[in-house]
Amino acid sequence: MSNFFNKSDLTRQDADKLVSETLNNCDDGELYLEESKSESILLDDNKIKSSNYSSDLGFGFRAISNEVVAYSYSNEISKDSLKSSSENLKSTLKSIKGTYNHEIPKSNKRFYNDINPIEQKTLDSKLEVLNKVNKFLRNKDGSVKQVTASFAGEQKSIEIIRSGGESLTDIRPLIRFNVSVMLEKNGRKETGVYGIGGRQSYDDYLKNDNWKNVCEEAFRIASVNLESKPAPAGEMKVVLGPGWPAILIHEAIGHGLEGDFNRKKTSAFHNLMGEKVASEGVTIVDDGTIDNRRGSLTIDDEGTPTERTVLIENGILKNFMQDRHNARLMDTRSTGSGRRENYRHIVLPRMRNTMMLSGNQTQDEMIKSVDKGIFAVSFGGGQVDITSGKFVFNCTEAYEINNGKIGSPIKGATLIGDGPSILKEVSMVGNDMMLDPGIGTCGKAGQGVPVGVAQPSILIDKMTVGGTKL
Amino acid sequence: MVKNQEFLKSKASYCLDLAKKMGVTDASVTVGHSISETVNFRNKSLEASDRSDGLALSIETYLGKRRSSISSSNLLDENIKTLIEKCFETTKITPEDEFNSLPDKNLLAKQISSLNLYDQTRFENDKKIKYLKDLEEAASSNKKIINTESSFTENKSNFILANSDGFCDGYKTSSFTTSCVTVAKDENSMERDYEFSSKRHLSDIKQASDLGNKAAEQTIRKLSPNKIGSEKINIIFDKRISKGMLSVFASAISASAIARGTSFLKDKIDQKVFANSINVIDKPDIIKGMGSQNFDSEGVNSNTLQLIENGILKNYLVDTYNGKKLNLQSNGRSGGTTNLYFENGNISFEDLLKKNSKSLYITETIGHGSNLVTGDYSVGATGFLVEDGEFKYPVNEITIAGNFKDMFKNITLANDLEFEYSVNSPTMMIEGMTVAGK
Repeated sequence: MSNFFNKSDLTRQDADKLVSETLNNCDDGELYLEESKSESILLDDNKIKSSNYSSDLGFGFRAISNEVVAYSYSNEISKDSLKSSSENLKSTLKSIKGTYNHEIPKSNKRFYNDINPIEQKTLDSKLEVLNKVNKFLRNKDGSVKQVTASFAGEQKSIEIIRSGGESLTDIRPLIRFNVSVMLEKNGRKETGVYGIGGRQSYDDYLKNDNWKNVCEEAFRIASVNLESKPAPAGEMKVVLGPGWPAILIHEAIGHGLEGDFNRKKTSAFHNLMGEKVASEGVTIVDDGTIDNRRGSLTIDDEGTPTERTVLIENGILKNFMQDRHNARLMDTRSTGSGRRENYRHIVLPRMRNTMMLSGNQTQDEMIKSVDKGIFAVSFGGGQVDITSGKFVFNCTEAYEINNGKIGSPIKGATLIGDGPSILKEVSMVGNDMMLDPGIGTCGKAGQGVPVGVAQPSILIDKMTVGGTKL
Repeated sequence: MVKNQEFLKSKASYCLDLAKKMGVTDASVTVGHSISETVNFRNKSLEASDRSDGLALSIETYLGKRRSSISSSNLLDENIKTLIEKCFETTKITPEDEFNSLPDKNLLAKQISSLNLYDQTRFENDKKIKYLKDLEEAASSNKKIINTESSFTENKSNFILANSDGFCDGYKTSSFTTSCVTVAKDENSMERDYEFSSKRHLSDIKQASDLGNKAAEQTIRKLSPNKIGSEKINIIFDKRISKGMLSVFASAISASAIARGTSFLKDKIDQKVFANSINVIDKPDIIKGMGSQNFDSEGVNSNTLQLIENGILKNYLVDTYNGKKLNLQSNGRSGGTTNLYFENGNISFEDLLKKNSKSLYITETIGHGSNLVTGDYSVGATGFLVEDGEFKYPVNEITIAGNFKDMFKNITLANDLEFEYSVNSPTMMIEGMTVAGK
């Protein structure tokens, strides 16, 4: 555990005292201390292009009264710096008084180990894997024109000090291994990207030469796209494959169910609690408690233990995702969803691992039932307009479906839909729920946080496909 | 107060001296300090205030042709020492790359002229609060507006870039940014839109009520949208979207994308890539410019570049490393473009709207649908159907798609260019794109 006080003129007693004094007349708030160590090593264009190591240390001090949040951060942990932050918070909240809520749930469960993945594998052996990836792909096929492979590793230690001196800590490892390959054939170029990761050591993900599988998958996606035809344009049936395509759930439903947008009534879902928002058989949870997953957290960034929050149960909207601030104002409890990118940012209610649970149909049945439509297997990013509810995501691997059979691959196209109604268009839910490979980062208000998604295959009766072929 | 040059210079030379003592052959260091204060409002009352004060350090060390880098926010001498040691150790085992080097000495910026990028005015939080009150008062004056959120951010920054070839310079910059997001509702729909203003100098910021009114007006006109059918159509891109086309173009001509072969504009120098009438310029020395700079992130002098001349691609954006790979000299674009813009076209905005009996006017796109390798483009969009020069009704839940290679050649620009941001474009029409709707 990082000791945030041993290299500073600030003692823990000073910090406790200042935190209690500052937050005494506030509804909530805390001092958040963070130390992170991270590395990224990139092979590109046949060379080790960069190896970067970074260390970051700082605090964020937050005070909340009524609806007003005051926040101040600095990367200097010192008496002066904390004192000036405290003055800053007091001046913002000078005319608003609150009553501090000391209550914070406790749990002994932990969902990952206290490791530093960067130190657990030597730089030499990381370079060796990257070079093997490059060689393997370039030897595999003459069409391979570019290979990029990277390792990213991080260890983040946090401590939360609340008024009264209560302290909560967490150490969070995170790694990601990524391969991107570009193929060129008959004048056409296409890329394929695949990656894996989570909160374990590099070698947990790379055992049994697993890097080869990552290469094969990136190569396969690029090869499929080399044969792709222009995508169709217009409304049609869409079958989504299991796993990563669940970013549809993340964009279409997830963001709209975050507490802040619903407190402010700017989400298309704000008045739909208890209502039917999805077809029967559709159950969606947001779960921070799956061992070693990218989106899992032992405690959130306010110190609340994470949980498995049921968002939609059998089609009915059951819960929003809450941090402490929005929960208090909406008269409910935090779901352990308060997250921030780092100490430079305020806490917002965010997703963790968002999952649609399995039903009992098969992917085959879905494909067979479609006369004309598309089968989408993999996606790039997505985005949503919370207020209008419209969301998009981009296919990176998709096929036509004609008369119940999978046809040619189609070029990357954007799919667009309406969040509050899309899940009512789900007419089949597969029995093949799968987690994504551990690569997701969700952006909100300029803050990126690691997340996961999962879903079975699903059939959506009507969605607009943004191709060029009319 | 933002730290002064002397403090940053002393930290930079501490790093360089230490690195040299350890035995590196070359090194480059950037030290920066930035202070930001933001006030957020919602529905005419204070919602949040946020103050940030951050130092940042990044160092690159070279051992011949080996290179690695570190970055940190912790500027204590003891920490810097540990990090430079780690960086040097990493450099030793990083493989050689023949293209690694500091920039050529004779390309480094020698004279720094003042571009008036720093306004020392302090806009106290109480004044920000007053500004936002006025802004939201204006924004919420129409009953259809049910939610307003706005913010004002004041930022002051200073930095020093130094390298072991003797380069050591930097300067202060400031920015004042205000934005307003409004939500409007009627019996059919709820919509959101925004307006913002960002300037180097406080006195150039738009008037609060103008900004609020504009945000509200842009939101209300989106209410009760329709979905349209799928068809080939002429698309007019509002300025806030057309400037995005320039950003895509800039990414596609970065020396890194060209050297890696992952750009649809590779090997297109001296070839026609835009319509004949199109000129694209990147100008680093605009006074008070949001993208202005005296030198790039490596210290290389940057001059005005004509990127597109009468539709023909004249220059890539070149940094030292990728320049060496491509056998080109750096043109001071490590870190990308500066103030990038399309020159004005020769048709008015009104005439552009009337040019076709029917077109689709796009005000917002969502999604990451630009593929720089193939040039394919497909994004979600919101806008208006325009008939005979008149805005008929709002449109949403559609996508627009095409390929940049074709789109760039079918661009017509209006003559309404304004220098508001670091990337600026007039209103743009592109003929023959595909819209997917019903």
